Amino acid sequence: MKFAIVVNEGPYTHQASDSAYHFARAALEGGHAIYRVFFYHDGVHNGTRLASPPQDERDVVNRWSKLAAEHDIDLVVCVAAAQRRGIVDAAEKKRHAKDADNIAPGFRISGLGQLIEAGIRADRLMAFGD
Amino acid sequence: MLLHTVNKSPFEKNSLDTCLRLSAPGSCILLIEDGVYAALAGGAFAAQLQDGMRARKLYAIDADLQARGLDPAGLIDGVEVIDYRGFVELATRCDQVQSWF
Repeated sequence: MKFAIVVNEGPYTHQASDSAYHFARAALEGGHAIYRVFFYHDGVHNGTRLASPPQDERDVVNRWSKLAAEHDIDLVVCVAAAQRRGIVDAAEKKRHAKDADNIAPGFRISGLGQLIEAGIRADRLMAFGD
Repeated sequence: MLLHTVNKSPFEKNSLDTCLRLSAPGSCILLIEDGVYAALAGGAFAAQLQDGMRARKLYAIDADLQARGLDPAGLIDGVEVIDYRGFVELATRCDQVQSWF
């Protein structure tokens, strides 16, 4: 079965990113596929490579990047939510004349249509957040 | 059949109340994150939950109970404790999933 996941909450806020991650892992271990993970609202903060959590703590951002690399998962950050919150990739850096970008490996910035499409293509859409 | 997930404590928000009010009989309800607080036997929401459970099947995530120091033995009778694998299985078994925040 194909799952799509939407994360609406930032890392280290409550638990949405953790629940979504554990669900994704369990789904993959169960032989299912993750069609896409869409990060919306404060969920876009999951996609900054500049986060440096303590070494003895879970690394929420890096964990997503690793999962995406291992299982070829599409991690999409909502562009409108990202612009408001300062999540920037190379194209957005250029477009808005910023001095840096901060998108984490495995993430890409795109539009809300990606969430709609994921909801249509996947068998189940799982929402985690506030 | 629908799977409903509730991730907020009933002491904090009315997500569980809304879920119980709007979910069809025969639905499955999974308590995750702070939502697991609702399942405590003798808790303020036990009676409401037990009433809803007459027509709905209730589940709670074991890791979320453990993280909050809640003993599965102290839950309302009939609440099934599952792991994330069980969550995935539940999501595949139900036709759609509705999250209540």
